[in-house]
Amino acid sequence: MRTDADAAVSVHRTPRRLGRDKLLLLLGLPGGLALILFHYVPLLGNVIAFQDYQPYLGILESSWTGLTNFSFLVDGNPEFINALINTLVLTLIQTVLVFPVPLVLALLLNSLAGERLKRLLQSVLYLPHFLSWVIVVALFQQMLGNAGMLNTFLVQHDLPIIHIIGVPELFKALITSQAIWKDAGWGTIIFLAALSRIDQELYEASAVDGASGWQRLWNITLPSLRGLFILLLILRLGSSLSVGFEQIILQQGPVGRDASEVLDTWVYNNGILGGNWGMSTAVGLVKGVVGVFLVIGANKLAHVFGERGVYEK
Amino acid sequence: MTTLEQATIGETTERRTIPGSKRPIWMEKPSAVVQVLKFIALAVSVLLVIIPFWSVIATSIADQKTINDSGGGMVMWPKGITFEAYRAIVTGGVVTRALLISIGITVVGTLLSLAATAGLAYWLSRPRAWGAKPMLTLVLGAVLFGPGLIPTYLTVKEFHLLDTYASLILPVLVNAFNVIVMRAFFQELPAELFESAAIDGASTATILFKIVLPLSKAVMAVIGLFYAVAYWNAFFNAMLYIQSTDKWPMALVLRTYVVNQTTIGGDQVAAGTEALPPQLSLQMAILVVAIVPILVVYPFLQKHFAKGVMIGAVKG
Repeated sequence: MRTDADAAVSVHRTPRRLGRDKLLLLLGLPGGLALILFHYVPLLGNVIAFQDYQPYLGILESSWTGLTNFSFLVDGNPEFINALINTLVLTLIQTVLVFPVPLVLALLLNSLAGERLKRLLQSVLYLPHFLSWVIVVALFQQMLGNAGMLNTFLVQHDLPIIHIIGVPELFKALITSQAIWKDAGWGTIIFLAALSRIDQELYEASAVDGASGWQRLWNITLPSLRGLFILLLILRLGSSLSVGFEQIILQQGPVGRDASEVLDTWVYNNGILGGNWGMSTAVGLVKGVVGVFLVIGANKLAHVFGERGVYEK
Repeated sequence: MTTLEQATIGETTERRTIPGSKRPIWMEKPSAVVQVLKFIALAVSVLLVIIPFWSVIATSIADQKTINDSGGGMVMWPKGITFEAYRAIVTGGVVTRALLISIGITVVGTLLSLAATAGLAYWLSRPRAWGAKPMLTLVLGAVLFGPGLIPTYLTVKEFHLLDTYASLILPVLVNAFNVIVMRAFFQELPAELFESAAIDGASTATILFKIVLPLSKAVMAVIGLFYAVAYWNAFFNAMLYIQSTDKWPMALVLRTYVVNQTTIGGDQVAAGTEALPPQLSLQMAILVVAIVPILVVYPFLQKHFAKGVMIGAVKG
């Protein structure tokens, strides 16, 4: 290990620093290389958005087409518009319905006095987060499908069965409830941590002043969580054009693409399955860029309203 | 990132409680109505999680008669219990092979990912290390924007990794977010530790293996388990990159035989099985087998949640 003195001497002598840090570099290289090869090399691969990419010609030989692939932005390609609308509708539903559930659940858990019961409930509620979408989708089919538990029960009691899985009209509701089932419990972690950091003296003082439980919730708890809430909302905005990719791909078959296609599945279906490489890459690229801008923009907005946002000004 | 850490990681404020009660002194006992409503809300949430697991397990061990009695559907209480379905899927055939492949990918992938992530994070965490600054920029950039589905697919294809197990490991070898979490952990180790070790003449390697790694067990466990869960669950990459059915991991078997309800025939399960167990039991047994490894590691993962995982919570 170097001392400050020899660091000062060697700071501009690359060969000596290389010698000194060779073990560090050796340790870091595999990870760094993997990141460059599978993140930054593909990032460069986005140039095929400006090409008429032909797999057998490769990136170097394929012809350049300028912005032709981006024509979907102006010519109103109906499939693309459909995917865009589905994406936005799902994002809106999920932001309104899915996003607040962890907060409510966290407040409920936090109001429990018994630590052990709280821990036990948390353990159960976190669990679905660790299951893959394949498992979650399979579980939902077995519970709500035509031969699922709900309908088995209804049949046994001579009631008509309810079609929930594979019905286009209910697809968005299904996707949303799956998202809640899988991640609502996990989402409580961050709220519980924030709740535990609220100064207890505030509650004591307000109790002395005669505030009721609801007043404390409204005037102390919720305002204390505002910054975190906004932070999470901004992060969510950044991924608002990517909703439930694996989840939807798995369930797209029975409901059809009209009801279920989102931007991510459109890119997959048209690019990898349809061989429409250039245009699909262009959609993916626009989606990514818009996502980054949404985060930056939302963060600016947060600053305007005096919140801290994801990063400082 | 700083706001996030400040918002979430920190000491729990001390709670003064009423002697002989668990309640903080400011909290009066809630009214009976509120108590009951809270209890119902929480009980419903927990049951919604538990019931699916329970009925999947129950159906996987139910015999043909129980399933017929329930009209061919899911079972809550198996009257006749048989483990035939499990015997059929773990004694050879497609499911057994997929299980072994998934275990192999998870073990190898997790070890490689952990080594690569820790190595990269350690390099980036040392002050004034050669090349660490530009590399850190690349890592942060990778968190902010992804390269997109099609370019990634084409890269894997160009590297001739399609239809190899490597395609399930190399593209996801390092998760940039995990690198940042681990780097933050390494940076928080006290500088005096490094200084005194250096004065005692310890080499970089000695410091790493004798001091840093033994102190990093908790973060290694959490990040390692995150990687393990990701490898075990990996579905989309497998669907994208693996073409031969004999290389299918569990996720693809699950999709085909459980989600898509493809019938499992005699040649998909062990050779020499005379009478197949009920189709539904077979499917549920496959589902159980895919879930069990997660249930097994889950308790170990649990105790580390509170500390280092908070940042990860936002990611997911």
